[in-house]
Amino acid sequence: MDHNNDRNVVVPGDLLSDDPKKSGEGTYVKDGKVRSLLYGMASSYKDKVRVIPLAGKYVPAPGDTVIGTVQDIVFSNWIVNINSPYEGLLHISELPRKIEMNEMSKYLRIGSSVMARVKDVDSTMKVELTMNDRRLGILTRGRVAEISPTRVPRLIGKGGSMINMLKKELNCNLFVGQNGRIWVDGNDDDMDLALKTILIIEKEAHTTGLTDRIMDFLRSEKEARS
Amino acid sequence: MIGMEEKLSFFKDGLRLDGRRPDELRPIKIEVGVLARADGSCYIEMGDNKVIAAVYGPREVHPRHLQEVTRAIVRYRYNMASFSVEERKRPGPDRRSYEVSKVSREALEPVILTSYFPRSVVDIFVEVLQADAGTRTAGINAASVALADAGIPMKSLISSCAAGKVDGEIVLDPMKAEDNFGEADVPIAMTPGGDVTLLQMDGRMTGDEFRRALELAKEGCQQIYEVQRRVLVDRYGTIGGPGSCDAAEAEEEI
Repeated sequence: MDHNNDRNVVVPGDLLSDDPKKSGEGTYVKDGKVRSLLYGMASSYKDKVRVIPLAGKYVPAPGDTVIGTVQDIVFSNWIVNINSPYEGLLHISELPRKIEMNEMSKYLRIGSSVMARVKDVDSTMKVELTMNDRRLGILTRGRVAEISPTRVPRLIGKGGSMINMLKKELNCNLFVGQNGRIWVDGNDDDMDLALKTILIIEKEAHTTGLTDRIMDFLRSEKEARS
Repeated sequence: MIGMEEKLSFFKDGLRLDGRRPDELRPIKIEVGVLARADGSCYIEMGDNKVIAAVYGPREVHPRHLQEVTRAIVRYRYNMASFSVEERKRPGPDRRSYEVSKVSREALEPVILTSYFPRSVVDIFVEVLQADAGTRTAGINAASVALADAGIPMKSLISSCAAGKVDGEIVLDPMKAEDNFGEADVPIAMTPGGDVTLLQMDGRMTGDEFRRALELAKEGCQQIYEVQRRVLVDRYGTIGGPGSCDAAEAEEEI
């Protein structure tokens, strides 16, 4: 079996390696053999084999930045939908300024969108969010797009290559949440193009040479506009 | 001929009523991602069986009291459309569909890594559109592919098929006539590694016949597994995968 193929579609149970030490993300070891846990693309990464899923839900992890919408307000928490099987809890003390309990809905109403960071996740998957950072906050302008969370790494690209190119070419402010929600801010035409581009990236995330192709696409779109 | 009991034969020149060899499966067709709303979906045809499976989740559990603190629960709903059989089937759950749902869930649960998603649920819906014996096995095959399509972590896929006994002979994948008038039916489900997760039997067989039926059904499952795997791999092979990008792009890569 060829283990060196860089981009290989695998299904759960596929043999990836005979060396149990090579077991990376998305794999498991049984009887000394590394096998895939997921339907995805297998690749070598730092002398491990890992499998990147082609589909799946967002599972919150501490440190992730996410975009959520307020679903409910209870006691001193906002319950935030973070596009995941688990809802996020944003406590009033996690906002940059002090807020009274009876003023909660003035600051963040049901339906408001926020940029937040996952502060902690416990073993029962209680997800605590925080907005105590200058880069985080309430989204009052722009639009939010939603893609599969498994495509987020592709949208960002190696060392941010894709996202930086997009920001430059699109003349838009972009923020990618780990949960697959993307905030776009700019003028209407630029935002239209940005959303269109993001959907193309989502659809073609598993293909090679994508960054260059997207760049060509953006250039031709802009030429057509001018 | 004294009685009307003219014995109908299930074999002609060693072949079955539909022309299959005793150890031959019916033709299989699988399609992945047929439903836009579901997280994972699959449509399967095994002979004249037509079954669609949809997977949702992991997602929040409703009603809340069913949720488990340490793992995801798995729900499996097998349902036959009222038009799926010759005589209209009364819609809604009945004794048989409860049973099929239970054994099918238990056939799939051992490979799903439920501990990865505490307090959540994986919902599997299987709808039989056309039935021709072996719908539970078709449902399990479709559900297994739909689970993979939904990105749910699993130790392996599950493949399922039945063996039966007709006219004293052991046959693979009995169709409706053989199932209705045969002597026994043994549906199984297993992993490609050979771990059996479903084993039922309806009818009578000797110990030896049973062992042969089990072996035959296992071989059938291996064949089905190859189809399931190929369908999943080919889905992305057409655009991305190794050696499959179109000519223009291949040049660009060099």
